Amino acid sequence: MLRWIVWRDLLVAWRRRADALSTLFFFVIVVSLFPLGVGPESELLRSIAPGVVWVAALLASMLSLGRLFANDYQDGTLEQLLLTPQPLYLVVLGKVGAQWLTSELPLVCIAPLLGIQFGLSNETLVILVVGLILGTPVLSLIGSIGAALTLGLRGSSVLISILVLPLYIPVLIFGAGAVEANIIGQPAVSHLYLLGAMTVLSIIFAPWATAAALRISIE
Amino acid sequence: MRGDRRIFSDVDFSLAPGECLQVTGANGSGKTSLLRILCGLLTPAEGQVTWQGANIHSLGEEYSTQITYFGHRPGVKDELTAGENLSVSAGLNGIDIDLNTARQALEKMGLSGRDTLPARMLSEGQRRRVSLARLLICNTKLWLLDEVLTSLDKAAISLVRSLIEEHLSGGGLAVVATHQDLQLTSGQPRRLELAT
Repeated sequence: MLRWIVWRDLLVAWRRRADALSTLFFFVIVVSLFPLGVGPESELLRSIAPGVVWVAALLASMLSLGRLFANDYQDGTLEQLLLTPQPLYLVVLGKVGAQWLTSELPLVCIAPLLGIQFGLSNETLVILVVGLILGTPVLSLIGSIGAALTLGLRGSSVLISILVLPLYIPVLIFGAGAVEANIIGQPAVSHLYLLGAMTVLSIIFAPWATAAALRISIE
Repeated sequence: MRGDRRIFSDVDFSLAPGECLQVTGANGSGKTSLLRILCGLLTPAEGQVTWQGANIHSLGEEYSTQITYFGHRPGVKDELTAGENLSVSAGLNGIDIDLNTARQALEKMGLSGRDTLPARMLSEGQRRRVSLARLLICNTKLWLLDEVLTSLDKAAISLVRSLIEEHLSGGGLAVVATHQDLQLTSGQPRRLELAT
């Protein structure tokens, strides 16, 4: 039954490609503005690259979070999802998984290209991508809690940012930290382990919190 | 209770297999709230809803397999075609149907040839028909239908009536919130009037 929800959301996302593409272009443009603004000093660019890519990824993921439950809420399908004979935990996991595939995975794929603009080495690019693969699911999962809590409220997109961005800080620190460590020649593995731990923890707990928030929002 | 306001109190009824309850009352008297309480989306401030003797909140997903809820908003995704909408919603309820079965159900609902159209091309009444096609496919015991006859034409209304009758004669239960007369041939349904 999980496959039905993932398939449904992927199909909807495919028919509304502009949404996912706008998230991707936002990410590309924000990251590309920095080399233009800062100038071609390769040393400076290399040192700000991890922070810039990660902050842009956080902001880009905010764009797609507003849509995560809002559309389903408006057309009444969310009520039907809540009434399906399966744990709401799985429904949320399916929806977040589909959101990750459509909105976060493209960012991960394009990130190495953007890293080249900052003069990152191949090895550093690999660390960047691994960090993003481990970290972006946490963004989707934690973000889903905010999206569920602000469902149906006016100005919810701003509210989501205020609620969720502070919670992204650990991911930002360790995600950007892994890349920085690699740039200055230290092992990045401990940062990645911590990111992995965060992913596992948020897979376990976040859908549960989101499910509870959804039940409250739909009342 | 919605906020601080008491909407209704002392609502007490039970339904036996084959029985239909029509909930009536003025706008804002709490028909929708009552139906949402019955399907478990809302928790009543006081009292409880039981299904075969057990509280619906302790039954959880087991109760969800027994009910079909039809709400104000039809629950049809604009981006998907009518057929996809139906097969996805059946799949989510644990019934795997192919697009052929979905087409047949939609034909029964008077939507022949519309199954490959995106739902956003359909009219309000046609969307409600797509949503109602779930009743043909989901084999549930209890139907909770909120304002089910709204924006349906005469043919669709009589179709819904015959669906409800068929469901009741098969031992099903239905709670229908509507202002209109249901006019079931099997006799008048029980009525519950909510006072404001």
